[in-house]
Amino acid sequence: MNETPAADGDMKETRPKVGLFVTCLVDIMRPTIGFAAVKLLEDAGCRVVVPSQTCCGQPAYNSGDRQTTKDLAKQAIDAFEDCDYVVVPSGSCGGMLATHYPELFNGEPEMAGKAERFAEKTHELVSFLTDVLGVDKVNARYSGVVGYHDSCAGLRELGVKKQPRRLLASVEGLELVELPEAETCCGFGGLFAAKYGELSNAIVSRKAADIGAAKVDTVLAGDLGCLLNMAGKLQREGSPIKARHVAEVLAGMGDLPAIGESQPERTR
Amino acid sequence: MSVIATTPKFKENVHAALIDARLQGALSFSRNFTNRRAAAAERLPEFEALRDSARAIKDHTLAHLDLYLDAYEQKVRESGGQIHYAEDAEEARRIIIDLCKSFGAKSVTKGKSMIAEEIGLNDALEAAGMEPVETDLGEYIIQLRHEAPSHIIAPAIHVTKKDVEEEFRKAHRDLPANRDLSQPEQLLAEARAILRAKFLAADVGITGANFLIAETGTSIIVTNEGNGDLTQILPKAHIVIASIEKIVPTLEDAAQLLRVLARSATGQDASVYTTLSTGPRRPDDPDGPSAYHVVILDNGRSNMLGGEFEDMLRCIRCGACMNHCPVYQAVGGHAYGWVYPGPMGAVLTPSLIGVAEGGQLPNASTFCGRCEQVCPVRIPLPKLMRHWREREFERRLSPAPLRYGLAFWAFFARRPALYRFATSIAARSLNLLGRGKGRLSWAPLAGGWTDYRDLAAPQGRTFQSQWRAKSGAVK
Repeated sequence: MNETPAADGDMKETRPKVGLFVTCLVDIMRPTIGFAAVKLLEDAGCRVVVPSQTCCGQPAYNSGDRQTTKDLAKQAIDAFEDCDYVVVPSGSCGGMLATHYPELFNGEPEMAGKAERFAEKTHELVSFLTDVLGVDKVNARYSGVVGYHDSCAGLRELGVKKQPRRLLASVEGLELVELPEAETCCGFGGLFAAKYGELSNAIVSRKAADIGAAKVDTVLAGDLGCLLNMAGKLQREGSPIKARHVAEVLAGMGDLPAIGESQPERTR
Repeated sequence: MSVIATTPKFKENVHAALIDARLQGALSFSRNFTNRRAAAAERLPEFEALRDSARAIKDHTLAHLDLYLDAYEQKVRESGGQIHYAEDAEEARRIIIDLCKSFGAKSVTKGKSMIAEEIGLNDALEAAGMEPVETDLGEYIIQLRHEAPSHIIAPAIHVTKKDVEEEFRKAHRDLPANRDLSQPEQLLAEARAILRAKFLAADVGITGANFLIAETGTSIIVTNEGNGDLTQILPKAHIVIASIEKIVPTLEDAAQLLRVLARSATGQDASVYTTLSTGPRRPDDPDGPSAYHVVILDNGRSNMLGGEFEDMLRCIRCGACMNHCPVYQAVGGHAYGWVYPGPMGAVLTPSLIGVAEGGQLPNASTFCGRCEQVCPVRIPLPKLMRHWREREFERRLSPAPLRYGLAFWAFFARRPALYRFATSIAARSLNLLGRGKGRLSWAPLAGGWTDYRDLAAPQGRTFQSQWRAKSGAVK
């Protein structure tokens, strides 16, 4: 258990205060990713807090509802005001916070400045571990042949590419292979997957075929949305390939039931 | 008589494309394009810097477009050519038909031109009693098939070799029925022989332009077949049709843009033919047209200047965005329903035919961002698509279920305590629904998802409720 922070300044707190932005999907669908993130951050010497939060606003932003997006952005920016860093176990929500928030407040200098400072302290989880904290190995094991899918927003908005591969290389028993077309979208796209289900299905079918061709037994990614999509397709097709969030494997939680697998009994 | 858009029926078009086995086979090409572009970019150390430079050239030109258009016009006149401005498609068609009539044209050869597609030129020429002959092999094939291009640089990319053979047997009836057309070379040779006669018989040649050079009054086209050269040199008149944003200041600027164009398009260092034309034949020229006309089309583009879609006018029509687009790769170009497919089409179509008609396209994107990543002039295509979604949302054109669904969701998302409560219930209920299997093959309101894939069941309690319980216990 993590201690409560030293309250009265007797013992000076030197650990960076990291606010975990859990993301809606992790919060609701797969909390173990959040706990994996907490473990990785604490192991790397951070003090983790979880401010009261809802959604980054991306569904509204990508549906053209700018006012709701701005309201949710303000809410998030205020909630994490006193954190040194904001860390997100998702490239998509991370990209929203770190690249799109500042664009929302054109012509509102005060909010734009706040959004800019918020963006600067916001990081995707795995790249935060490697690039900011200098973590170069983890203490975990996972037996299996693993492919890493580069989720689009993490890759293109935040430059997440080598970081997860570097840390995965230190996981005992894990053999990492490159998936063909690892940088091609899985077809999730948030509401796109529901609005254009048939089209999304065509894209994820191709992704599932690429993953299948790679002869892996696990596919990893840094975004639960993409993972739900890929896992859902693989399972519908009867594939035995498992899908997991990279944070769970790095945190030594690779023995949890994979995404969409039954839970034997209570896991937590 | 303009090109009819089936864009509002995008979803039906998508469905038709996805169940078309032949089309799906033809579409497997796309990975060749992406691999070739990547290799070409890799080979050229200054490629990224060239993209910056290309972007800067286009931005500078757009900021001074009136000036450069005037300069271009001046130079074209000095070289003996004539300029015509067309406000819209109808005016452009009328100008071109009148010009062709003035030359007594019966047969008109055409180089590949997307602007000609945009204004529906072939139908107009036919209606006026002239025979338009497409001379780009891909365009020739789809003209025989009475189709529109499905790609801006590879118009017949949706057609298989077998389709071409069938089409040629139908069209070229004078040739022996038992001839062997099983090899691509044989198809090519046959098209070449047929087109050679058409080139020689043509009265007018119409080409598009990749660039118009203000400094010299030159138009430039790039082709891989050389058909553009024969189209513009052999007939007595050459008509260039181009849109306003094709202007660049100098030949040096065009040379820089050419360096990113072919690499982005096909992965070639340069296209096989880069052809410059400046005015009609001069007295000491060995060949060339005796008349030279340029029709410059606006068709809504000047409205994009200075607005949030101006970036789109940088586009040099390389096709990289569609080659790399997961949506285009899945359904091909015809599903987009108008002239321009892929991400560039998703931004340009609503600009040119209105968001009420074209609004499906900017919505049908996962925002994967790969188009922007490869765009040689760095057009922020996802951002521009999002701008269209904003225009739609403001005008209440978004589908009602989406708007009400968003409002319902936003009500909770704005109220963290209520949100935690509601999500706890949702997570637990879905968890119960999926109990045993760990996933759902059906879920309320999630048909778009569960028709095609399973939905993992939530693990149970939300992260936030577990975390609160836990930190409460510690304190």
